[in-house]
Amino acid sequence: MLLSRRGRTILAAAMGLGLAFIYLPLLVVVVNSFNASQVFAWPPRSLTTRWWREVASNTGVREAVLTSVEVGLVATVTAVVLGTLLAFALARYTFFGRQSVSVLVVLPIALPGIVTALALRTAFQTFLGVELSIWTVAVSHATFCMVVVYNNVIARLRRTGTTAEEASADLGADGFTTFRLVTFPLLRGALLAGALLAFGLSFDEIVVTLSTAPPGVTTLPIWIFQNLSRPNQAPVVNVVAAVLVLLSVVPLYLSQRLAADTVTAGRL
Amino acid sequence: MGTEPVTMRWDPQLSGPRAGRRLYGALVSTQPQPDVDAARPAIRLRGLRKRFGTGPQAVDAVAGVDLDVRDGEFLTLLGPSGSGKTTVLRLIAGFELATAGTIELGGVDVTRRAPFERDVNTVFQDYALFPHMSVTDNVGYGLRVRKVGRAERASRTQEALDGVRLGHLGDRRPAQLSGGQRQRVALARALVNRPRVLLLDEPLGALDLKLREQMQVELKAIQRQVGITFVFVTHDQEEALTMSDRIAVFDGGRIEQLGSAADVYERPATPFVAGFVGTSNLLSGAAAEQVLGRSGTWSVRPEKIRLDLDDEPAAEAHDRSATGVVREVVYVGSATRFVVDLDAGASLVALQQNVQTSSSDVDAYRGRRVRLHWDPRHEVQVADPATAPTAH
Repeated sequence: MLLSRRGRTILAAAMGLGLAFIYLPLLVVVVNSFNASQVFAWPPRSLTTRWWREVASNTGVREAVLTSVEVGLVATVTAVVLGTLLAFALARYTFFGRQSVSVLVVLPIALPGIVTALALRTAFQTFLGVELSIWTVAVSHATFCMVVVYNNVIARLRRTGTTAEEASADLGADGFTTFRLVTFPLLRGALLAGALLAFGLSFDEIVVTLSTAPPGVTTLPIWIFQNLSRPNQAPVVNVVAAVLVLLSVVPLYLSQRLAADTVTAGRL
Repeated sequence: MGTEPVTMRWDPQLSGPRAGRRLYGALVSTQPQPDVDAARPAIRLRGLRKRFGTGPQAVDAVAGVDLDVRDGEFLTLLGPSGSGKTTVLRLIAGFELATAGTIELGGVDVTRRAPFERDVNTVFQDYALFPHMSVTDNVGYGLRVRKVGRAERASRTQEALDGVRLGHLGDRRPAQLSGGQRQRVALARALVNRPRVLLLDEPLGALDLKLREQMQVELKAIQRQVGITFVFVTHDQEEALTMSDRIAVFDGGRIEQLGSAADVYERPATPFVAGFVGTSNLLSGAAAEQVLGRSGTWSVRPEKIRLDLDDEPAAEAHDRSATGVVREVVYVGSATRFVVDLDAGASLVALQQNVQTSSSDVDAYRGRRVRLHWDPRHEVQVADPATAPTAH
């Protein structure tokens, strides 16, 4: 579409404003992690790496990161297995109630987190009689992580169709060989993208985690939450936030690459 | 015998320099000679039925097909979309399970066997190449899953690729190829297994006209040289007439007529065949009585009819003739189609070569009174489904 010079200027300004609104606060977090002032006097008078060194030796942070990674991995693996199986069932087979099942599978991501949290906590504590632990957190996370895996995989399955698998069978490959050589490789990008998203979801989850974790289990977001209001911990929290900003670029970049791969594969 | 290369004869006009000759030669030379019983058909279909859906929405895509495909022949399944021709092909390949009836390949009942247990290979309409594999890996796939040794696999793959003149593109991905090249890869991938039967599901549908015509000639040449039975599905009647030894014309899940190109074109058995293969120039009822002096439904092909202005000298005595008015003139380059409303009531299409006429000349015929005449030998009686099937 052709725009007038004035139209383009206005659009560019609007875009700049939008981006600034998102990224300036993040930039402040990163800058503040070097701010020598403990109360974040702005603008910073002098810079220091003291807070970064403190974080490196902070056992609370280290344990929280470890817990988050453990929960994230278990939730992701569970979600990948279940989400993929569900996607196959719903994409490749027709059965009574298929439509209802596909709605029910996606629903957890639309439900308010607090409702999921409440429901799972009640389920664990009352009629399942399971003691809350790091596992209950992981399983709870898997309920909504599964949705993103499922969505990725079913989109890929619908786009690739079944002719590649038919061609494989036609050329003499049995079911397992076809899965190993054709179905799985075609699905790999979608699985990875789904797994990355699932891990990301689990990693910054806070509401469900709060209500399904026992007192001893602290994930990183919960650790941040707990230390946010303590003035002497503020600089350390700030450093953790800065690290998370930088780290989140990695999965984003990877999933973009994988998404691009998805598009070219879908073109055939 | 065995694996010694055989020198093939190859029409150099068909394709580029020596490349083609080597390929097909390679394919032919390695073709094993199984215990082919000449009397035994390559494919035998008996009472084949396929129903999709259940209850009131059920559709009989294939409604009782009996067919013998001879060993080494090029058989085309021709019909409009939804006529069941592709479903028959998918039943033979094993992608669909027959609702009733049997499928025999080389005398062995394979009705209940999985696709990978049948000695047929398929060229798919959309090629169905594996996007994550190189061209070489695509072509070698069938050998790989059948546990053919690495060295033999490499040489047979290369032969097959050379055969379709893509030997230099083995490292490419399918996405980096043109439509025509993908088509060739699909063909090489299917032929490298040396199947008893090759099934082709509208393989030329996605190609432009020029490439399509070139591939028609080439496919036919490959088939003649590798000696494999080809079952080819198309909705394009010209394609069917060009390539086939025999044509099975499909409609409504049944075979309307089975015969050579000449049979189907010149002696259509039913009005549907007359209409689908070529232009349906039908005379029936009162018009037939008046023009031909006999009853029933008759077909005359447009190119058999000559057209003169009414005031020009009368036709030869033994010619059939009818007068009428030109309703429509369609200039198609090399020829012109005249749609003539006969005084007797029906309308006929006459195709005239533009030997000396040009588009402006033929336009002047519109609305003029003309006389059509043809040799009565070109009148073919077609069975009317309403009446008894009285055709030959």
